Amino acid sequence: MPQQDVELILMRQLASYLTTPIFLYGPDERLLFFNEAAEKLLGLPFDEADDMPPDQLAILFRTKTEAGKRMPAKDLPIVIALRERQPAHNAVRIRGIDGVWRTIEATCLPLMGQGGRSLGAVAFFWEKGQTA
Amino acid sequence: MKLTFWGTRGSLPSPGPENARYGGNTACVEVRGADGAMLVLDAGTGIRRLSASLPDGLTRVDLLLTHLHMDHIQGLGFFAPLYQPGLEVHIWGPPSATHDLGTRLTRYYLSRPLFPVRLRDLPCQLTLHDVPSDEFEIAGFRITAALVCHPGPTVGYRISENGATVTYLPDQELALGAREFCPDAEWTSGYALAEGADLLIHDAQYTDEEYPERIGWGHSTFNHTLAFAAATDVKRLVTFHHDPAHSDQMLDRFVEQARRSSALPFLLVGGEEGATFQIHG
Repeated sequence: MPQQDVELILMRQLASYLTTPIFLYGPDERLLFFNEAAEKLLGLPFDEADDMPPDQLAILFRTKTEAGKRMPAKDLPIVIALRERQPAHNAVRIRGIDGVWRTIEATCLPLMGQGGRSLGAVAFFWEKGQTA
Repeated sequence: MKLTFWGTRGSLPSPGPENARYGGNTACVEVRGADGAMLVLDAGTGIRRLSASLPDGLTRVDLLLTHLHMDHIQGLGFFAPLYQPGLEVHIWGPPSATHDLGTRLTRYYLSRPLFPVRLRDLPCQLTLHDVPSDEFEIAGFRITAALVCHPGPTVGYRISENGATVTYLPDQELALGAREFCPDAEWTSGYALAEGADLLIHDAQYTDEEYPERIGWGHSTFNHTLAFAAATDVKRLVTFHHDPAHSDQMLDRFVEQARRSSALPFLLVGGEEGATFQIHG
């Protein structure tokens, strides 16, 4: 695997220390990393997640709007951050591998490097509540 | 390619009898191409002696800065080519997120009260370049620069000519944030620059005992650098950016211990001021 840009290396290192759930995506929409806090939220270890693009991840976790309606992939905050290079925030419902529905706030930011390089995007999650 | 080490010390010029062999001058390395083309890597205090060795008839010099910490630019005002009218001098270095290299050099060093001569008053034909993020070429050298893990905008360089490759990573903290450093091709700063190089010049400032008190200062331990050199499959490692408190005796001991402790898959050399290396592909 070729070396990632140092900005992504540093972001991954920071994420690995935080207890805030964080996802890190590369510019090619490849899932590069999620931290232990995100593993807990999803019920899925990072090593089993493979190179999952965000729309596949949304299907796996049955992502819905806070009101319970199906959420098109294009409306996912991480997709907006990656494809439109805009920050995005939304409340979504996901069903983890453990079968628990969780309402989470997702804040996603594009990562821009010097010289206008698009490095990918980072997603921060915050759990608001759980339902069976 | 021929390399000459004019300064190998890190952080602070450290002259003294205890440092006579590894030297007290800060980072500066001369790179000569097959046809005599010349690159200078960093402008630490070692650049003053380099200036005195320059041949007559030189028409162009390219100075590649890794970053603007003082130990890498303190000699810049004493770089003789800057004062030679008509001589073409190109300075390459990283911009910050908001300022180009020229603004940063003016703001941080070549201006009053830090230095009496202003950048704009230099009589040479000076061109400043924000270092490109893609491969570029200078006088037959193919050069790749990439940001590395060190406080503030800092790059490392991979320089190739006629099949020979040198990688210059004088300041980088390999293990920042790692619970246990284990070089991984995808997630290790500087990996792509160093991979397969004929000669790697790398930061080896701290001992394992010193590092825990200096995490985040931007430098590597001797042992992390050895692990990095092995993982990147380089042929030779020259340790660099020696701590001001590490005497010749201590640096000799680090090298000897490393050679004795394991069968190193590369040739290990402690970076001494005045050392020269011929690099062939």
